[in-house]
Amino acid sequence: MDFNDTPAEAAFRAEARSWLAAHAPAHEMPVGIKLEDTDEAARGRAWMRELFDGEWSGLTFPKALGGRGLSGVEAVIFAEEEGKYNLPKGPFTSIGTGMALPVIAKHGTEEQRRTFIEPTLKGEITWCQLFSEPAAGSDLAALRTKAVRADDDSGDWIVNGQKVWSSWAHLTDWGILVVRTDTAVPKHKGLTFFVVDMKTPGIETRPIRQISGMSEFNETFLTDVRIPDANRIGAVGEGWACCMTVLMGERLGSGAHRSGVEPILDLAARTPAEDGATMLDDKAVRLALADALAEEQGERFFQARLRTMVSRGENPGALAGMIKLAYATRQQRVLGLGMELQGLSSIAADPADSFTPDLQYDYIYSTVMRIAGGADEVLRNQIAERVLGMPGEIRMDKDVPFDRLK
Amino acid sequence: MDFDLSDEQKMLAEQARGLLAERTPYDRLRALIDSGADWDEPLWRELAEMGFLGAAIPEAFGGLGMGELDLGVISLELGRANAAVPFFSSIVLAADAIRLAGSEEQKQRYLPRLASGELVGCFATAEGPGPLLGRGLELAGDALTGSKHPVADAGVAGIAVVQCGARLAIVDLEQAQVTRTRLDSFDQLRPHYRLDFAGARAEVMPGENAIEILLDRAAVQAAFEAVGGAEACLEMGRGYVMERQMFGRPLASYQAIKHKLADIAVAIELARSNAYYAGWATGTSQDDLPAAAAAARLTAIKAFELAARENLQVHGGIGYTFEANCHFYYRRERTLSVNLGNRGHWANRLLDAQPGSQGKAA
Repeated sequence: MDFNDTPAEAAFRAEARSWLAAHAPAHEMPVGIKLEDTDEAARGRAWMRELFDGEWSGLTFPKALGGRGLSGVEAVIFAEEEGKYNLPKGPFTSIGTGMALPVIAKHGTEEQRRTFIEPTLKGEITWCQLFSEPAAGSDLAALRTKAVRADDDSGDWIVNGQKVWSSWAHLTDWGILVVRTDTAVPKHKGLTFFVVDMKTPGIETRPIRQISGMSEFNETFLTDVRIPDANRIGAVGEGWACCMTVLMGERLGSGAHRSGVEPILDLAARTPAEDGATMLDDKAVRLALADALAEEQGERFFQARLRTMVSRGENPGALAGMIKLAYATRQQRVLGLGMELQGLSSIAADPADSFTPDLQYDYIYSTVMRIAGGADEVLRNQIAERVLGMPGEIRMDKDVPFDRLK
Repeated sequence: MDFDLSDEQKMLAEQARGLLAERTPYDRLRALIDSGADWDEPLWRELAEMGFLGAAIPEAFGGLGMGELDLGVISLELGRANAAVPFFSSIVLAADAIRLAGSEEQKQRYLPRLASGELVGCFATAEGPGPLLGRGLELAGDALTGSKHPVADAGVAGIAVVQCGARLAIVDLEQAQVTRTRLDSFDQLRPHYRLDFAGARAEVMPGENAIEILLDRAAVQAAFEAVGGAEACLEMGRGYVMERQMFGRPLASYQAIKHKLADIAVAIELARSNAYYAGWATGTSQDDLPAAAAAARLTAIKAFELAARENLQVHGGIGYTFEANCHFYYRRERTLSVNLGNRGHWANRLLDAQPGSQGKAA
């Protein structure tokens, strides 16, 4: 066991660090200013282009497809170094590289790879994800958006339905879309995967008014949207396998997060308590913070163990979900504690206090972490079934054609 | 980075697990409790022969000179088996205390005999309810007066390392000025004693400031032991619910049960990860030791606590019987949760090690 970099890893880190030092500062986001989302997305594209020109994009992608063909460990090292800068990264960049590209690389045709991979790596094409629906979240295969062949000889598909939680759908160029093409077979078997140009007539995105007051998520309505058959990824009826490829990328990506406990520790240290003490002297606060800090370290070292597995070519599978489950619940707990230790002023802060509004926002947003990318309950099922080998859930929908389901 | 046990460490774990599974099945633990035994002496002799006792003791003092992580691998397996041996008292605490604070001559005199298992040591610090580091002992020259209690494994120990204020002293327990009284131990597989010293001869060790680092190092081993115990509980609970049928299907198919065991599995992996890091840091990155040990300690006790309680819970009524095996761990977990200082102590240790929090802390 060695927690330190191997000589090769250290060399790679040094290379990444020096390149970032030369190129990242110019792309850093301004501090304390809320950017327009169009501006943020444009900056995201520019950073993608910089990465591409420096040969730092698609690190784990095969060389033949325009990537660098490096290991998962090197990708993690680069992400660690990149994470030291406040760069314009978000769903508008990660959905493309983390979800659309893996599925196109694995299930797409040569033509599709040529069309989409390089432009995506360059930031010329950005992506959104059109998966979830009002009645299909954790049970994604229950989705109802339907595609039928056009009644001409074009081979095109006509899509109708509604998608939700599509981050940045209003500003991205293309979407990855899963739809139902056959209702007479069991639900997982009747799905087909497409990429769709978001400028296609019939696509309307409407911002969702979220509990945070923000609207980065959308609902997307698809009305008689015509998609050429050339934009189908994989065979008709094989959409579920494509979704699994996408969701695996999402799960593996969910592990690396920034520290959540340290800012709350600092907050406690500067929040006054009785008799000149601070809230960091409060025994209950200390116990809660220490617990959270210990868990956070555990997550970090667990991530290191998974990274070692990945470097050996092993797939951590449902183990990766453990980190996400631990992280999301801890984050909500710690942010809640952060509000609590400030007292009533965490509810209505002094206008000069710039920290508390962020804390309030993060506390609201922590609910998203527990739902998106595998809800807590879904992850617990997966851990029980795949790690502990316990029985699967009793299902009422198995082998039942979709159109016969309640 | 290579953040996994080495192949040799995995072999060591397998070897220890195989031996313990064979020599100390649960029926053996029940027999030991019924006979009021102080320990599983044949198992102790066998652990000595296998080299497990001297694993991390330097070669110059009769050990194998392996690292703390290797020792952790053994601690984990002993925790998993809930073995009734004074490994933690004699090896993790007494021998390590002498290694850290003893003179060359003391190391030469005691460590080889501790490594071979012919001498057993114990560690005496508590003085009844209250803080871990008792302050009531009187040391006049080399004459020790006062009481330490409870002291684990003092019945089979030949020497005690006794904490006297900021110093550590070695006390021969065979002398007439020492009285040992067996207490009724909640942990039936780890007997506890009261030690009364009436002007007992004590050899004060020259090393200063050894206690904190000793406790940090021991906390890492206790964390491994707790992870082993938690693992055993998870496997036992899983095994039971997979077999047990209820309302026409396996108990394991109920989501309430699946989620409970999934939470335990997560807690164990976080604790194991912290223990690995702390085991590595003990030998390699001393500055990180206090925080690493505290984090390992806190998460391991949390995992063991959850696993011990919920393992008994999923067993239902049968878990409350002596014939079931849940109780060994339900009791042992409480020993581990208090034997190196409570949650508050380790919370402080972790927070005080955070950069920037010194001076602001309680």
